[in-house]
Amino acid sequence: MATLEVQGIHSFYGNIEALKGVSLCVNDGEIVTLIGANGAGKSTTLNTICGLVRPRQGTISLDGEVISGLPAHQVVARGVSQAPEGRRIFSRLRVFDNLEMGAFLRKDKDGIASDMERVFELFPRLGERRDQVGGTLSGGEQQMLAIGRALMARPRILLLDEPSMGLAPLLVQEIFSIVQIINAEGTTILLVEQNAHMALSVASRAYVLQSGSVVLEGTSAEVAGNPEVKRAYLGEG
Amino acid sequence: MRRRLSGPVDVTQLVVSGIGLVILLFVVYRLVATLMGGTYGVSTYASQAIFGLAQGGIYALIALGYTLVYGILFMINFAHGEIFMGGTYIAYFVIAAFDRSGFLESNPLLAIVATVATAMTASVILALGLERIAYRPLRRAPRLVPLITAIGASLFLQYAFRGLFGTGVKVYPDTHLHVAGIDILGGRYDIGGMVVRPIYFVVFLMAVTLMLALWILVQKTKMGKAMRAVAEDKDTAALMGIDVDRVVVLTFALGAALAGAAGVMFALYNKQVTHTMGFIPGIKAFTAAVLGGIGNVPGAMLGGFFLGLAESTFPTLLGLDSQLKDVIAFGLLVLVLIFRPTGILGEVLSRKRA
Repeated sequence: MATLEVQGIHSFYGNIEALKGVSLCVNDGEIVTLIGANGAGKSTTLNTICGLVRPRQGTISLDGEVISGLPAHQVVARGVSQAPEGRRIFSRLRVFDNLEMGAFLRKDKDGIASDMERVFELFPRLGERRDQVGGTLSGGEQQMLAIGRALMARPRILLLDEPSMGLAPLLVQEIFSIVQIINAEGTTILLVEQNAHMALSVASRAYVLQSGSVVLEGTSAEVAGNPEVKRAYLGEG
Repeated sequence: MRRRLSGPVDVTQLVVSGIGLVILLFVVYRLVATLMGGTYGVSTYASQAIFGLAQGGIYALIALGYTLVYGILFMINFAHGEIFMGGTYIAYFVIAAFDRSGFLESNPLLAIVATVATAMTASVILALGLERIAYRPLRRAPRLVPLITAIGASLFLQYAFRGLFGTGVKVYPDTHLHVAGIDILGGRYDIGGMVVRPIYFVVFLMAVTLMLALWILVQKTKMGKAMRAVAEDKDTAALMGIDVDRVVVLTFALGAALAGAAGVMFALYNKQVTHTMGFIPGIKAFTAAVLGGIGNVPGAMLGGFFLGLAESTFPTLLGLDSQLKDVIAFGLLVLVLIFRPTGILGEVLSRKRA
């Protein structure tokens, strides 16, 4: 059974159909990437999984249990957490408080403290700035905080929405290597990226989204080898 | 300011600055004249300032209700003055019963605590009812819609209380509580020709205590941090597992509890309770919230005390009739809106955000 299974979801913004029957699955321990151009529906897919957008049709299940239709705060409780597009950290809360908000539903104080230490190990710069308010962090640090905050929920599956956005190439490398470490430690990841090259290099499988539909899926190597993908997303040929 | 220096001279700005200068000159002139004239002694100003601090504490407590709700929903809850009135009104029946049974005389502290608790509970119930019935269905409506609804709710509550309890003035009973030989609730003492009412100190201290409690709640507790998270970004807060509706309910409840407590404190020295008693304090507290920078918790506290002090001391300081205190209060509002629309603390906050 797949960890996350999305079956034929249709999502709308008003009367505009943003997702036209998207299906995908993520198996336990995998990194799966969802690539596509601006406006293809990548973020909408993640927000529908998280419960921020309600699908009109289709089902989403986590470990076989249907989660579509639940409000966002209950989806988190089931084990889905997201580092949203544009980071969306709480700029007026301290780094420490941002992480505490990530663990909002957890009651195990010791577990929260040790997870926070783990986040500071993964991202030492956050540890140095734990008492600074989020708004004073650089873009890269904010991205680290967004990922750390999502990890604080101890999710079954972590959804990352464009972690490379607006970051310098070196920082992108750093973030992606940490994403791989997080995955190696047992967190299943669904990664949305415009930087297809980076995404395909860390993911085992990939889906290509175009105008609200999945137009191609396969292993990362297969997808990277597809001539259309090469032309449109990898800037080759 | 920067724009004014670099760009072409803006006529409106020039006129507005001129008006500001004239007002400033007038204020300085009257101030100097009054102080040089020496008509009033220090004791006059001191007693006015003491009253101003108590009144300011009341304004600050009510203003917090406006600012908390605005911070979360970007909506002005114009019925908040009626939440203040409702709690005070309901609690009147409790304290009047205590008075008749003799409990207020035999055990004043407990009686007052029970009265305050009643007012807080009644205010919270009113506010939560309002939120559930009038505001929540309009959460996604344009911002003007809940604003108009709030004005409607305000009138509804006023007339509901009028219909239920009549137009007559209810009077809070005289209360006395002796601490170290001083009647801290009902006493009046003559100290060097100055009449001192300890109740004003009590109200001021209670207000400060409640504000400290709120500050700790908002800054230090997990629920307080969740409130601030929701104020900043509702969707992301939901992604953390925060139930946004619950936080909104909590925010209304907190603001209402403060207003209810403020109502009893107000009635302890102001005595009279009517169905319209919430209107003026409500709109003054709104002014205080705007003065301090709406949405900003310390701003509401500061704005409340500032307005209370300004109202009580400015008429004398400027040599004006004390009847003009409302003119001064709302004049301040207009001036703040013209010269510093973000309020006293507003800009500091926006700089921090950037």
